[in-house]
Amino acid sequence: MDKRIKVLVAKPGLDGHDRGAKVVARALRDAGFEVVYTGLRQTPEQIAEAAMQEDVDVVAMSLLSGAHPHLFPKVVELVRGKGMKDALIIGGGVIPETDIPALKEAGVAEVFTPGTPTTKVVDYIKANVK
Amino acid sequence: MENIAEEVLKGNRFALSKAITAIENEYDNATEIMQKLYPHTGHAYVLGVTGPPGAGKSTLTDKLAKEYRKRGKTVGIIAIDPTSPFSGGAILGDRIRMNELTLDPGVFIRSMGTRGSLGGLSHKTADAVKAMDAFGVDVIFVETVGVGQSEVDIVKAADTTMVVLIPGMGDDIQAIKAGILEIGDIFTINKADHDGADKLATELNMMLDLDGETKDWRPPILKAIANQNIGIKEVVDTFHKHHDHIEGNGQLTVRRTERAKNEMLDLLDARIGAYVRHNIVDNGKLDEYVQDIKARKTDPYTVVNSVLQDMLK
Repeated sequence: MDKRIKVLVAKPGLDGHDRGAKVVARALRDAGFEVVYTGLRQTPEQIAEAAMQEDVDVVAMSLLSGAHPHLFPKVVELVRGKGMKDALIIGGGVIPETDIPALKEAGVAEVFTPGTPTTKVVDYIKANVK
Repeated sequence: MENIAEEVLKGNRFALSKAITAIENEYDNATEIMQKLYPHTGHAYVLGVTGPPGAGKSTLTDKLAKEYRKRGKTVGIIAIDPTSPFSGGAILGDRIRMNELTLDPGVFIRSMGTRGSLGGLSHKTADAVKAMDAFGVDVIFVETVGVGQSEVDIVKAADTTMVVLIPGMGDDIQAIKAGILEIGDIFTINKADHDGADKLATELNMMLDLDGETKDWRPPILKAIANQNIGIKEVVDTFHKHHDHIEGNGQLTVRRTERAKNEMLDLLDARIGAYVRHNIVDNGKLDEYVQDIKARKTDPYTVVNSVLQDMLK
């Protein structure tokens, strides 16, 4: 077996700040993961379709524009709709603590806010990936 | 997923994805999947795209795929990026250049890391190509970073190989390993609006002249500006020309026979290697051997001989 953890790092919506996503992508690569980095301005449909074609274990979304209450749940819905029942869906970016419960309710497993060490993200994925 | 192979043959895209995962991760069901898919392969035309980093291979592949779509063909793309030899991880970033293709139902893109395969490509790539072939795509692009030896491997996987270069390499072209010039059926100078495009074309021609031997196909040198969609139709037309040429003179059959041979040998090597490693790595014997080797009580050659002898008993 040569199983590697595969992660899709995507930025849904119109947010153009990709430094955080790139930092996380590199950290995940350094942890031995394969990171499909799709860049900016992804629609939820594009994210779900890419996740399915790449058969990723994790969908990691980065959003700093405040559109997470709409976009994150939409991505969850579409990813599950592709038949990816086990994919771990996580998010990060500028997300108020008070918004997190609703996101978790919608199927986002965990949200990593600014200041979180990247090791925490790596460890979370290793512990929770199916 | 149940019945992955059957689902692939029915045109189920998620099944294709699962099949490629089984291949890549060496799941137990991979062999059975490939056995069921194999009879349905042999239809897709496989295009190799290689060249140094930064040449614009992904952008070019994106535009070429769109042109094939305009011509009514379905397209598969396997985009290969290097795995870090240190961490075992990889950034698979080619999809960035192909975003518009993601939602095209006639296109399937899969990113793969080289995963320590010395040649850059591996039997896993060949199997992923077969899975896409059995699924039913007309044209499959295999796009890989060409650094060092790995360019040569792509010839094994493709019917037609295109080498993508960019101007500004100047004298560096002399430093390009001979392999890259030998494997190109087509050379495309991308970013052809940059200074030095003509100079590069001249140098390439000179080096192809030096090749001496009469080959019946003189690799054309094309120019393109991929991100402005310039020169794309000509590249696709040239792919067709090469296809017709090698079909006409029997070379296509020769290449595919070579490919089948190489794939079988690669698969054999991989399986034997995995079996042997399993027998000495997973049980900790390797560590014992290494201690003895370091202490000069024995040497790697003797150890390997004895391991193989044990296995072949």
